[in-house]
Amino acid sequence: MPSTSSAGVPSALRSIAALFLIFLAALALSAAPAEKRLSVYSTAANYSLPIVQRQGRDYIGLLELLDPLGAVSAKSDPPRWRIHYNNILGDFTVGRSHARIQGRDTDLSAKFLMEKERGLVPLASLSSLLPRFLGGPATLHQESGRLFIGSIATHFTAAVSPDDPSHLVFRFTAPVNPSVATEPGKLHMTFAREPLTAPASPTLTFGSKIIPSAIYSESNGAAEITVTTTIPLIASFSPDGRTITVAPAKSQSAAATPGAAGTGAAGTGTATNSPATNGITPANTPATGAPASPAQNTQPAQSAAANSSLSVPRRYFAIVDASHGGNDRGEALSTTLAEKDVTVAFARRLREELENRGIPTLVLRDSDATISLDDRAFFANTTHAAVYVALHAASNGHGVRLYTAILPYTGEDDRGPFRSWTTAQQSSIPLSQAAAASVAAELKKQQVAVRTLTAPLRPLNNIVTAAIAVEVAPPASDLSQLASPDYQQQIAGAVAAGIANIRTQLGAAP
Amino acid sequence: MIPRHFYIAVSVLLLAVLGMSLYAWHIRGRATGPLASLDTRPVVPPVAGPTEQVTLFVAYDDTGVLHAQPARIPLPSVRQQRAEELLRALLALYLDKSSPHPLPQGADVRSVYLVDPGLAVIDVNAAFADGHRSGVLSEELTVASLIQTLSANLPGILKVKILVEGKQRDTLAGHADLSGFFDVNAINQLTTQLQSTQ
Repeated sequence: MPSTSSAGVPSALRSIAALFLIFLAALALSAAPAEKRLSVYSTAANYSLPIVQRQGRDYIGLLELLDPLGAVSAKSDPPRWRIHYNNILGDFTVGRSHARIQGRDTDLSAKFLMEKERGLVPLASLSSLLPRFLGGPATLHQESGRLFIGSIATHFTAAVSPDDPSHLVFRFTAPVNPSVATEPGKLHMTFAREPLTAPASPTLTFGSKIIPSAIYSESNGAAEITVTTTIPLIASFSPDGRTITVAPAKSQSAAATPGAAGTGAAGTGTATNSPATNGITPANTPATGAPASPAQNTQPAQSAAANSSLSVPRRYFAIVDASHGGNDRGEALSTTLAEKDVTVAFARRLREELENRGIPTLVLRDSDATISLDDRAFFANTTHAAVYVALHAASNGHGVRLYTAILPYTGEDDRGPFRSWTTAQQSSIPLSQAAAASVAAELKKQQVAVRTLTAPLRPLNNIVTAAIAVEVAPPASDLSQLASPDYQQQIAGAVAAGIANIRTQLGAAP
Repeated sequence: MIPRHFYIAVSVLLLAVLGMSLYAWHIRGRATGPLASLDTRPVVPPVAGPTEQVTLFVAYDDTGVLHAQPARIPLPSVRQQRAEELLRALLALYLDKSSPHPLPQGADVRSVYLVDPGLAVIDVNAAFADGHRSGVLSEELTVASLIQTLSANLPGILKVKILVEGKQRDTLAGHADLSGFFDVNAINQLTTQLQSTQ
């Protein structure tokens, strides 16, 4: 006879009922959608806030959003809700889709809501609302829940190593610390805290059988780079957190040493890892451009600097830097033509011409990204390239002007293996002048008017290797020629030939 | 019945009002035009006294060169004021209608500070930098012109700093680096390069 409780219900039946309830609860929990969040990136702080759904729309608490950015206070007097951010007054009314910020009417795109004295504004209104409070731009990626305040952004480039096509090297303009997960055929890097922004095209192809492509995507407050692969991969991090090398798991494991600065995730199973990296923007750059190359990033930075006399494998012989970009348009060459667009088109042609001559080349800015001069110099120095070529375009004059650095007057001295950042170019000036002379000779052969000058032009003075700047002006008075493929090809061919002619001399430099 | 002289008086008054209105409209139209382009530079008392022979290094955009150009200008005896007058004479050329290297309207040198040993600080106004033509050569012609004119006429200057409205600025108009101190020797060599079109 089955046992019964005092209420007369069989205990087996009670157990089944309890199990059924637990199953239902688990089902309900697993079916619940993940909480939507908004990631906010600013120079003051990076943080994340919950997004709430009201009346079929996404809403966010305005007080919580502004709190980390400055002095903020709110006062509720239903139906009105007032918020003070620094000295800016915002006046909201429940149920109205307009607000007054500093006396100016602002459209909210949907009704303002108040819950327990908490003011909720539609997520879609942040792009227009926040600039009124902050006095600067705010860029909202609404679908992915990412908000960029000011011109903050981390850009990246990805390229297969010319020495080893199984190595894919990501370079970032700021230190990053993604979580890494692998699954068969894919390696995911998720950037939840970094203001990573999309490259020109979300799908990057590399022409490698092992790593054919990488895809950039954004969702729920994070950016993700997914690397597709045919074999198990591992990600390793440079000590400064600005370079991630993705390579076959075996070779990386063999290269790794105990106490490595940041070896990332593992084999074919799902694994995650957040490497401990520190963001260090160097005030000095090591004598031979010392931070270790991705293949050697298991060496501490200091050790790499101390061993600066050791030969460092050179992945790129030339760095081509398309000057300006993003917010910095450079010279307005005409009403429709900006310098930044001409330089990036010219950079791609120059890369092609150099690679046709067997010179591995990296284009430093291959999209409309804002990259600081310090970051450009940092990239150039850490790739150990033999020559750095900055590209500019101008509307005045005609032909091409080649520049080498004028060093600033400074009392700074090099310290041990480190060089002064402002005069890092000092010992490479003769080589830079030789490169400029070689390029000038090739341009003259092409009947292109050319002048060779010095200029106080950053980042030439921060580069530790041969560095020249090429300023392209139209061949005659017709400015549209600057964007002409034929003209760009002619100049790019001559510049590439000039560099190729002096390749041995450039390559012999440490 | 209204007297006839009353009609005449009212008609004359109406005509006067109409005439005054038209005149006021005309005056208003004339006044708004030039006001917008008023020169905002501070008024500097004219320098009196004997003139002196100086050498101005003048930029020419059409050829992209810097020419040493003799000029006679009145100069005060105080070294710092002499520096300011030299640069104002140079700017007068650039602000002229037939300028070989046009600078934006309202561009001015606010002050020049001479600090021993051998440092000159040139403080230009915002209009000078904000409206300056962008380009490596355009900007370096301006920088070289200012520094070479100063150092050629006031011996002993070794390094020069250029400020905008009293503050450091990264570049003049996107290219020429203003963040550091210019080495007068290096600018002297640049001037030699810029005096030739080759």
